[in-house]
Amino acid sequence: MGNQELKEGIFSEIPARIDISDVSVIYNNRPALDHVSLSVPHGLQVAVVGPNGAGKSTLFKLLVGLIHPDTGTIQIHSQPLGDDAYCVAYVPQREEVDLRFPVTVQEVIMMGRYRHYGLIRKPSQNDREIVRIAMKRLGIQKLANSSLNELSGGQLQRVFLARAIAQEPHILLMDEPFNGVDLSTQEATFELLDELKKQQVTVMVSTHDLNMAATRFEAIVLLRHRLIAYGKPAEVMKREHLAAAFGEQLFMLDGAALVDHCCPPDSTEVNHL
Amino acid sequence: MITWITQPLMYEFMQRGLLAAVIVGLVCSIIGCYVVLRSMAFLGDALAHAILPGIAIAYLFGGNLMIGALVASILVALAIGFFSKHGTIREDTAIGVLFSAALALGIAIISTIRTYAVDLSHILFGDVLGVSSSDLIQISILAFVIIMLVLVFYRPFKIISFDPVLATTLKLPAEQLRTLLLILISLTIVTSLQTVGIGLVAAMLVTPAASAFLLTNRLSRMMLVSAGIGVLSSVLGLYISYYVSIASGSAIVLVSTLIFIFSYLFSPRKGILRVS
Repeated sequence: MGNQELKEGIFSEIPARIDISDVSVIYNNRPALDHVSLSVPHGLQVAVVGPNGAGKSTLFKLLVGLIHPDTGTIQIHSQPLGDDAYCVAYVPQREEVDLRFPVTVQEVIMMGRYRHYGLIRKPSQNDREIVRIAMKRLGIQKLANSSLNELSGGQLQRVFLARAIAQEPHILLMDEPFNGVDLSTQEATFELLDELKKQQVTVMVSTHDLNMAATRFEAIVLLRHRLIAYGKPAEVMKREHLAAAFGEQLFMLDGAALVDHCCPPDSTEVNHL
Repeated sequence: MITWITQPLMYEFMQRGLLAAVIVGLVCSIIGCYVVLRSMAFLGDALAHAILPGIAIAYLFGGNLMIGALVASILVALAIGFFSKHGTIREDTAIGVLFSAALALGIAIISTIRTYAVDLSHILFGDVLGVSSSDLIQISILAFVIIMLVLVFYRPFKIISFDPVLATTLKLPAEQLRTLLLILISLTIVTSLQTVGIGLVAAMLVTPAASAFLLTNRLSRMMLVSAGIGVLSSVLGLYISYYVSIASGSAIVLVSTLIFIFSYLFSPRKGILRVS
């Protein structure tokens, strides 16, 4: 217990930041990430953009410790990965859980509080209140006692966002949260991002929507196994960078960049994740 | 009607048998919820068969059969974890290889014992009426330990079973929890040896929990309902076996299968013939 309090103390002093230095991940002799280095300052909201299989999901899985880098190091809060107790929340692409599992929406969100109640202690009044507020923020109070297989795709996405909020993270990672959800869920997600901005939560969101990344985020990471560009949208969204990331999928129409997601040019490039 | 219920209980071996069946029904159906939710049915069956060499060796050296079974099942559970951990072969392949090997080894050892026929059938199909007082004490202690651990680890087990990715982000010791669950399943199988035997224990692990899965939408309720079905099947099964003179283990399993079929057809939420 004492150790945990110490860590909490340290983390409230040191600004949250992610330091990725010379990181590579190799799948089947091909690099999913190829010597990537980047550093995300405290409170920044970053979009991670790249074609399918460019290593976006791999990057997020590295940051939550689901996979380990083959080269390089990752530091969160200037501490090696693994020491970062519970400050990172992750919203994966949603088809990764069994929707028939007998849990209610409220129970799923309460799981995000586990670090605060744990093995012996029951969820406290405070935990319950945080879960209730998280559901309210995403407009899913009425679904509290529903099973997951009764929900629509957008509702499901809101449940996992609410759980991430309930974790009270310093860093939030969202993998393709805008993929296949309704417009109102997209809007709810952006409202949430605005609130998180006020709370100085560092956010990384992967998307393949270039225009959304350029208009809604403060910084863009352009990724295709290598780090192609990283910076403010205006610096990143240049023709040579986009061409390097998307290759033959990229079309320029009156100065706007369009990406053809239907026919990836090189089928061997889309084999990762 | 009353005498129909009380008459078998005049015999002490029936009292002990009933108690043992109820305890085993309870433990199997509770831990079975994880077996069903984590798709470990094949693993449960494999572990049950894998304890045969442990029993045979214990028998050969005149040791305690339950301890022999315990050691064997935990060894196999750890070996399955070891072989499938590095991802070179899939878990079901590791299970298939190890459980066949253990079964073969068990039969090989038993075949060297001259009078194996009687004992082997008891091990395979259980002999609930042969439960002694000391067996009953062993079963009770094991059952108590298992149920306490399931209660203590309820929340982390729920998280690793529902969402292993979340478990990793929360820094839960997922690997150790998974191993603990495997050991608990092994212990459960050992407690079931006397009542349903290794041939039918997988049914007791899976069938009541599968019925409960169809009837509930929360893990805590699923466990309660499953426990109820497990106990009910054990009691009804034992009475049926007394009056109809069929093997007790199979009677218990057949009753729980009937309950499963009814749940499958008529579950208010998930039944295929539900009225809604």
